[in-house]
Amino acid sequence: MFSFIVSRILQALPVMFVVSLISFAMFAYVGDPVAIMLGQDFTEAQREALVRDLGLDQPFFVQFATFLGNAVQGEFGLSYRLSRPVAELIAERAPATLELALTAAFIALMIGVPMGVYTGLYRNSWLSRFFLTFSLVGVSLPTFLIGILLILTFSVWLGWLPSFGRGDVTRLGWWSSGFFTWSGIKALILPAITLGLFQLTLIMRLVRSEMMEVLRTDYIKFARARGLSNRAINFGHALKNTLVPVITIAGLQLGGIIAFAIVTETVFQWPGMGLLFIQSVGAADIPVMAAYLMLIALVFVTINLIVDLLYYAVDPRLRVGRGKGH
Amino acid sequence: MKALWRAAMLVAALMVGVAEARTVRWAASGDPNTMDPHSQNVGTVTMVLQQIYDALISRNPQLGLEPGLATAWRQEEPTRWRFTLRPNVRFHEGEAFTSDDVVFSITRALQPTSNFGIFVDTIDRAVAVDPLTVDIITKAPDPILPNKLASVFMMSRSWSERNNAARPQNTRQREEMFTVRNTNGTGAFRLQSREPDVRTVLARNPDWWGWQVPANNGNVTEIIFRPIASDATRVAALLSNEIDFVIDPPLQDLARLRNAQGLRVLEGPEVRTIFLAMDVARDELLYSDVRGRNPLRDIRVRRALYHAIDIQAIHRTIMRNQSVVTGTLFPEQVQGYSREEDVRLPYDQARARALLTEAGYPNGFEITLDCSNNRYINDEQICQAIVAMWARVGIRARLNAMPLGPFFAKIQRDDTSLYMLGWGVPTLDALYSFQSLLATRNGAQGDGIWNYGRYSNPQMDALIQRMKTETGEARNATIREALRLYREDVPHIPLHHQMIPWAVRGNITIPHMANNQPYFRWAVVN
Repeated sequence: MFSFIVSRILQALPVMFVVSLISFAMFAYVGDPVAIMLGQDFTEAQREALVRDLGLDQPFFVQFATFLGNAVQGEFGLSYRLSRPVAELIAERAPATLELALTAAFIALMIGVPMGVYTGLYRNSWLSRFFLTFSLVGVSLPTFLIGILLILTFSVWLGWLPSFGRGDVTRLGWWSSGFFTWSGIKALILPAITLGLFQLTLIMRLVRSEMMEVLRTDYIKFARARGLSNRAINFGHALKNTLVPVITIAGLQLGGIIAFAIVTETVFQWPGMGLLFIQSVGAADIPVMAAYLMLIALVFVTINLIVDLLYYAVDPRLRVGRGKGH
Repeated sequence: MKALWRAAMLVAALMVGVAEARTVRWAASGDPNTMDPHSQNVGTVTMVLQQIYDALISRNPQLGLEPGLATAWRQEEPTRWRFTLRPNVRFHEGEAFTSDDVVFSITRALQPTSNFGIFVDTIDRAVAVDPLTVDIITKAPDPILPNKLASVFMMSRSWSERNNAARPQNTRQREEMFTVRNTNGTGAFRLQSREPDVRTVLARNPDWWGWQVPANNGNVTEIIFRPIASDATRVAALLSNEIDFVIDPPLQDLARLRNAQGLRVLEGPEVRTIFLAMDVARDELLYSDVRGRNPLRDIRVRRALYHAIDIQAIHRTIMRNQSVVTGTLFPEQVQGYSREEDVRLPYDQARARALLTEAGYPNGFEITLDCSNNRYINDEQICQAIVAMWARVGIRARLNAMPLGPFFAKIQRDDTSLYMLGWGVPTLDALYSFQSLLATRNGAQGDGIWNYGRYSNPQMDALIQRMKTETGEARNATIREALRLYREDVPHIPLHHQMIPWAVRGNITIPHMANNQPYFRWAVVN
């Protein structure tokens, strides 16, 4: 078990290295931070001084090595745009993104699973057809359009929910939470639906096909023959067996939700890491972009590791298969 | 007597209690990046800071100069200006404002880490004569020093030094500076709370000196500023009554906002001119199929490109009438503007074709037009339209539209043959435009730093040098002469001055300003 974890962590290191290298190389193309920092009026001498201060006159690999050396120590420098420590900026924004992502995942599971079960059981009812059509909308409409449509309906026409921002937040140490105020919860609804809709439809379709598969298996037929109640069969046996792949997918999608919150956060001016990233791109704020990409890579690597460990714990076949040229 | 005094205090206290909160909820696409008054010379920073800080000289709604923290100023000698300061002014944290603070603030703005060099570049030093008198010594005579000082905010020396903020943020520093999130001005509003990118709250400063001036009739007690980056969301927030005032509503939504119940759109010009600039220096263009020579060095080709542009079509369809078509370098709010020189070459395709043939390009040529796509109003669409118009006279232009980061980086490397730029004039004086855009680049502060077509004409340079020192009518004549030369030489193709509409709730009045800065001292909430 221990050697398994160590080997997975060792495999993760080159991944992180490559991600940091690629993201660092990309920054050469996002624009020149110096041009943006200098503003409209400057002399050549000021320009050269700034380039030197930022270390941009160094060769690429020297810059990269410096960055990596600092990053390993958790030191990401000062944001060019905001003149504040990057680590502090990201820590400030992380709670907003995490609360949004978790709420979106929660909504996706709580609505997606029952909808999937229903459409799997009653394939031909009009409600199932409606759910399936609706899921096509969720899969095919781009996130920003869904967000704008929700704002138009619930903020502009009905006036029920705020169109932007996070409402009032409560401070719990360094964490800021919107869960404890009415305005915070109201502000969370539209962005969470926008962010979770795609996952919701994905989970619904996954549960539906798994249910249909499982319902055809022999042990369900035997259970029916034994005269078990429909409820016990559908939820006690069928659903339980569909949930293994659903949990896997949902876990992996959580990383995706955090990373793809960028669009939702921009539409709703949600003060999270994604919005910070987009604004940093606009200003060629390399320290923030680098730190964000590294963090997202770390989130994916960690989630993958946890999923692998869960497999290892849950599925005995994996343990047997190891060392046999599997 | 004492009893009377107490009664007066009681009445005053009651009145304060009775006065209801008049809040303006204000949104813009961008958040100020810093609260440091000498760090970043950017509109989004200034629009918040100028509510908090005062300069020696203020502006009135027509952008004219008015006494600010200085009540009088005079050019005592060609290189010495004397400023008499307003007595009994206090900073928000209680420090008295004196000449020492002026010396400190000007010295701070002169630091290499300051972005405000352009406003103090001619200053050698500031000298405190007595607590309420300051002399400013310039390196050379500077006739427009007061215009520039209207943009330099005054800080408290003791407060700044106490908080290790005696100079603006240095990029080499690893720590956040105190002034990035804290302020201490003398202005009409104080910074009450600040969450970067989320919310900035300003509260009325009842002790502001300016409330004694009748023109400052504003009654706003609280300003809540919130950035909303997405255009659609910003408009939605205004329509759904979550925001009262949007300083940058998107043009495509103006019609809808005009018809919305309880909202008004304030129309007005901005001091920003959009133009095309051309590489007139190289012997061969970087981005063209013409080999061995540079067609843009031929004035006939530059005129042909100019004649081929149907500016009225751009004005009508792309700008939706929200632009002021121009044939000159800056709009009428700028000192030195001349209506006689504000004349375009007419739209004339036949003339354009004839000029191209005459210049030896009967079949036109290929060229790349560099454009930003998120910096100016409808910038990419304007460039698309121009490319199509040129195609009709045989110029095969390729459009290279980029976000502002890569765009500015590219043109600042002189890596361009033809580009579109928008130029604002914060000093509201002609010299700023001529010096930055048309002077020969020679390494001196400000000369030609935005002249990426590398236009160079000794006659123009001489006129610019004269603008730096002359005064009065002679100077106006020099500027007029330079504008005439600009029209004659066609180093640029001027397009239009931008209009900047503001959208505001019907119960609020606020004067629209051509520098695109709201002044809440004049905002009234009914």
